[in-house]
This record gives sequence, C-alpha cells and structure tokens, in this order.
Amino acid sequence: MTLEAGMCSNGHVSYPTHPLCPECGEPQDETFDLADRTAEVVTWTHSTATPPGVRQPNTLAIVAFDVTDIDDASDEFVRALGQVTTDDIETGDTVEPVYVEELRDPDAGIKVPESQDWDGYRWDPV
Amino acid sequence: MGVAVIGASMTKFGQRDAWIRELLSQAGEECLTDAGVTPDDVEHLYVSNMASGEFEGQTGIMNLLAHDLGVLPAYSERVDQTSSSGGAGIYEAWQSVASGVSDMTLLVGGEKMTHKTTGQATDIIASITHPDEYKHGVTLPSFAGMTARHYLERFDAPRESLARVAVKNHRNGVDNPKAQFQKEITMEKALESPIIADPLRLYDFCPITDGSAALMFTTEERAKEITDEYALVSGIGGATDTHVVHERDDPTVMGGVVESSKEAYEMAGLGPDDLDVAELHDMFTILEFLQLEGIGVADQGTAWEMAMDGATAKDGELPINTSGGLKSKGHPLGASGVAQGVEIYEQLVGEAGPRQVEADTALACNVGGFGNCVITTIMEAAE
Repeated sequence: MTLEAGMCSNGHVSYPTHPLCPECGEPQDETFDLADRTAEVVTWTHSTATPPGVRQPNTLAIVAFDVTDIDDASDEFVRALGQVTTDDIETGDTVEPVYVEELRDPDAGIKVPESQDWDGYRWDPV
Repeated sequence: MGVAVIGASMTKFGQRDAWIRELLSQAGEECLTDAGVTPDDVEHLYVSNMASGEFEGQTGIMNLLAHDLGVLPAYSERVDQTSSSGGAGIYEAWQSVASGVSDMTLLVGGEKMTHKTTGQATDIIASITHPDEYKHGVTLPSFAGMTARHYLERFDAPRESLARVAVKNHRNGVDNPKAQFQKEITMEKALESPIIADPLRLYDFCPITDGSAALMFTTEERAKEITDEYALVSGIGGATDTHVVHERDDPTVMGGVVESSKEAYEMAGLGPDDLDVAELHDMFTILEFLQLEGIGVADQGTAWEMAMDGATAKDGELPINTSGGLKSKGHPLGASGVAQGVEIYEQLVGEAGPRQVEADTALACNVGGFGNCVITTIMEAAE
C-alpha cells in the first residue's frame, strides 16, 4: 500500500492522483510515494456527528507534504486529508503516515463496499 | 432574450409528513397559481433534486411531477448538482427561455430527508466526496470545521463572528412563516451549543429539512402581457471547483463562487456595489464569510468584520439572508437554491412582507458540495 501522489510533465503534483493533471490537463505520467515522509498539519477538526461505520469522534486533518526534493516538481508541497491517530493535535504539528487496514466499516455506509478501497493512512504526531 | 420570473412559491420547510411527490406537487401547483398560468402553458419542467432515490427510493421524479401537474407533454428533466441542484435548475430554466426553446418554464426543487437518522442523512450527503476522502469518514460539516479553524487562525477572526451569523439568520427567520425555525437564539446559546466539528458547534450548522420551492420563468415580452410584477434574470453564472477539497490552492477561497459571480456580474453589467440584498448558501456559518469574499463584497479575510459590525443584518448596509438562510429556513437540498430564488424574487416585487427591504438588484449564491459546484444568479426588478 502506498500514499501515491501523481505528477505531470509540467511538475504539478496532486494527491490523490488523476488521469489528467487538474492544473494543466497533461497526463500524470509519474507517481511517487508520500508514505515515508513527514507532513505538517494545516488544519484539523474533531468531528462528533459521524455517519454509520465511522469512529466517533473522528479527528481529521489536512496536512501538507514538502515535495521540494522531488526532481522536476514545480509545486513546493502537496496536501492530503486523513484521520489522525489521536485527538491531541494542533495546527503546525509534524505527523507521519501510519497504515490502517480499514479506516471505517465498509458495510455500514451507503456505498457498495466493493466500489472502493477502505484501507489507507492515518496521521500520527511525530 | 430577456428572461423573467413571474411566479414563486414554497412549501413550509421543516419536518413534514409529506413525501417527495406531495412536496413537489404542492409547490408546483402553488407556483402555477401565483404566476397565473395554466398547466397547458408550461413547455419545460425542471425538477431540482439531489437524492430522492437514496433518501426515499423514488426515482424518475420529473415524470412523476409532470403527470401530477398535468403539464404533459412538456419537456421534463431532473437536475442534480448536489446542494446546488436548485441553482442549477435556475440555470437550466434560464437557458431554456433565453435560447428561445421554451416560452414558459416551471422549476420545482425539493427534497425529503427527515425520515432518515442524522447519521444516515449525513452519509448520503458525504457520498458526494471523493473515495479517498469518503473512506476517512469525512462529512460536509467536518470540511466546514477544518475550513473555519484555518480561517479564524489565519485572519485572526474572533469565534464570536461566526455565532453572529447564526444569531442574525435566526432573527431573520422569525419573519419567515415558511422557515423551519422561527426562533431567535442568543450569542450564549450559539457559543455554548454542542461541538459538531470544532471549532463549529450545533448552531453553526443548518438543519436537515423536508420542503419544496418553485419558480416560473418566461420571456420578458410574455411577462409584460401577463403581469406588472416580475423580476428579470439579468445575470447568471455556474462554475465547478476541485472535487477533492484539499487540492484547492487556498482553503479559504471557493473558486466556484469567484468564477460564477464574475460571470453573473459580467452578464448583468453590474458589480458587488450594485447589490441591495443577497441570499448566500449558509449551510455552515463560515460559508457566509467565504461567499461574501468570493462575490467581491468583502476583501479576503475581512467578511467576519461585516458580521461583527452588523453590516449584513436586515437593516445593515447589505442585508444577507433576509429569508433566514439555510441556517434557519432549513436546507432541503434540491429545494434550497430555488428557495433562494423565491426570496430574492419576493424582495424585488415587494412581496416579502415583514422581511421586505428596499431592493432593485439582488443576488443568490447556491453552493453544491463544499464549494464543488456553484451557481450565482442576479435578478433585477422590472422597470
């Protein structure tokens, strides 16, 4: 399992990946893994009114990964949304991705379980 | 071709016994009466609705309503653009008349939601998100919480400014007999209500609602023959932002609001200074700030000052959400954008009763998802 970001020939980076770059429309023909990097918390919330199959409370954060070391990347960072491993989080905290097999109960919500993946990464404060 | 609105209606918003069929037909029938036209006159029928299949198991509702209202063989279509389905319906209805294809277009928006638990309704709405967002259990309220935190921290805005939006819109809703809540709230109540997605609390969020609203569109020429009281759709714009919310360049800018309002202003030959009243999509209090900034009424990071100064109150410099907004009037998804249109139409033709303000030019901004799709409509009073 990877936390895969996509990059087009113009160096635009996105997470998740898209067939064509949302910025310029060129194919995203390169990918790289964010899972072994750290990121900074941009913003966060404790969500208390959660849908069926989702932990309660569900602490979520948008984090930014520094990608200035990626060859040919024209973006300096790429953001990602994810659950946080703890309720104790602040803007500006450094976090690292931690793999989780099932982020929510696939059978409890409205979506057909087979229609998408349910594993992924939570943000764990470093 | 000039496009006019000649009639409007809405059902009581709230927790209703009626299902989608009855809600839509009630608003549709009342709109026909209000406009003074017969079912035979209707050439196009648009039904704005996000999820009647998911909520109720009823699909094909454009056909259902067309038959119930006796508007056969009019062209009919269901319009889904999530929470901005109503605004998208206004866009479709406007297009149908402006293009010369239809002389008389009825738009009815509606949603039946309250029979589901809050969790189930939240999940249906959250299913609009990207699979990589959905699997984390993200909800629209949690996007609002994260955006509100970023806004407050970045622009050093007081938490009280968000509560002021809730207090103002609840105050406005008292004068709207169709609103879900006709009840004032205090700052203390708003600030001490339970946390839903911190820093946002219960009173920062709109309720789950059943309801329907309708508008009748025709050509300006035909409007003049039918009535003295009509409004003109002088500008309209629609735009789409990223599906994945965190991919936006600036988390406090709703690109769809910026682009759609720019388009609407250009078409109308107007700007933010020309507005007399506006309905903004206050599904969450923070959205009122983001839209005031997106439509150019306030500079980025300053809209909270308007809330603190009372500039957006009914007696303020630019009254916002005289209807009570989604916050107090309620938010039956597909109906909300149409109901915004109903409010600005009533303001422009002088039928807003105790909510009436002096207005010749009005704007409605209807937001789908968390700014994913946006429709901005500008109406002007007929001369």
